[in-house]
Amino acid sequence: MDRLHLSQHISRQFNSEIEDVRRQVLAMGGLVEEQIAASMHMLTDRDAGSSAEIREREQQVNAAELAIDERCAYILARRQPAASDLRLVIAVVKMLADLERIGDEAKRIAKLAERLVGEEGGTDVTASLGELGAQARDMLRGALDAFARLDEDLALTVMRRDRKLDEVYKELFAILVERMQHAPDQIPVELDRLWCARSFERIGDRCKNVCEYVLYLVRGKDVRHSGLAKGGESPGA
Amino acid sequence: MLTSLSDAASAQTPSSALTGVEIALETRALSLWYGKRRALEEVSFGLPARRITALVGPSGSGKSSLLRCLNRLNDEIEDCRVEGKVLVGDTDAYAKDTVVHELRRRVGMVFQRPNPFPLSIYENVAYGLRLQGLRKRRELDECVEAALKAASLWDEVATRLDDSALELAFGQQQRLVVARAIAVEPEILLMDEPASALDPAATLRFEELLHELAQRYSVLLVTHNMQQAARVADYTAFLHQGRLVEFGDTDSLFTNPRERQTEDYITGRYG
Repeated sequence: MDRLHLSQHISRQFNSEIEDVRRQVLAMGGLVEEQIAASMHMLTDRDAGSSAEIREREQQVNAAELAIDERCAYILARRQPAASDLRLVIAVVKMLADLERIGDEAKRIAKLAERLVGEEGGTDVTASLGELGAQARDMLRGALDAFARLDEDLALTVMRRDRKLDEVYKELFAILVERMQHAPDQIPVELDRLWCARSFERIGDRCKNVCEYVLYLVRGKDVRHSGLAKGGESPGA
Repeated sequence: MLTSLSDAASAQTPSSALTGVEIALETRALSLWYGKRRALEEVSFGLPARRITALVGPSGSGKSSLLRCLNRLNDEIEDCRVEGKVLVGDTDAYAKDTVVHELRRRVGMVFQRPNPFPLSIYENVAYGLRLQGLRKRRELDECVEAALKAASLWDEVATRLDDSALELAFGQQQRLVVARAIAVEPEILLMDEPASALDPAATLRFEELLHELAQRYSVLLVTHNMQQAARVADYTAFLHQGRLVEFGDTDSLFTNPRERQTEDYITGRYG
């Protein structure tokens, strides 16, 4: 979908440069999504087998960030983009930082999950963590879809899902605190679970940022700090 | 708190680009015909005082025609007909009692290619002053020096004022033409692609000059160079097929134009 006519420049070379950057961002997003899925698998299935794979993919995510950043710098220097082209480059540069941080959070969850593999009990809490992770992963998938399709309605919907994720996180936080109070010897284990929950919550925040950049790209409006994600109306209102 | 994207739009889009801005020149429903061909279609806009306004648009969109309407250079063209109003301050440019050469003093023009007279540097600048009746050498000297300084040329020509203007480099000739235009103390400077024939260094020097000129004069600059418009203009107007499609502050127009046609043009897409 090309709602902004991004592939209709007179210069075919420019069209291809813009398209390359969009494709690379989506590929990087796909890698980050795989990182979340792999770390969730380690956490919920108590299987440490994916840790090497996660470390390797982390390198690919970092390399993708550098490569796309470099492409964006070339476009700024050589094309002096304006209007939606300029907004695309700005949105991508900002988006990259959030995607890379989401990858970092996934790696952190994987490390914690590795420590939790041998821990008995906590099945309910682990299931809740799995639910939180699934919500975070779905938010990332939605944010990337919104970027791919330049879909402002979807971006807004995904942004508003962050509130739900925050609620689940708060509930889980309360449960984990209670468990620590009841079994102080389990505090290190529960803290590891808490850090996992915190990372999923942060992933949700960063997905919300990605959606804000999509709205900036499509609408030309900077909706950060506007409270838009908390509102109930549809964007067409 | 914002609850919808339309709120976000209304919160961040100025209701009018020119609210509270002093206007030096205004066109109202200005139309222009060359014979039966309509070159301008009800163009209405205000030129902000002591600011640089860029006029952009594809070839044949009417940019130069619009510029020439503003100081009645189109009067010289046969079969040319103008409708609507051009107001320079309170003066109706097309009123019967308007003195055309006085209008052109107030609304000066710099063309694409420098057109110095085949006279000395000094005489080029003094030319308009002499036409205005200034005769005293000392006063002429002072005015010529002030104009050359204002055009950022004085330091380069102070010791060779009697040399032929045609011996100057291209970029210097263009600044000399600016000095000639501002010597007669206009209010408005119309510039028709004044830097398009200059090399990159001379172009940047000329753009610096534009910023300095804008402290005293209201500048309307026609340019094909989008980056130049983005660099120097406070406001930008987009003209297409004789119609004013969009007018706004340059920051908004180059990051988030309101009209699809403007976006296609400034980003080099198929219009």
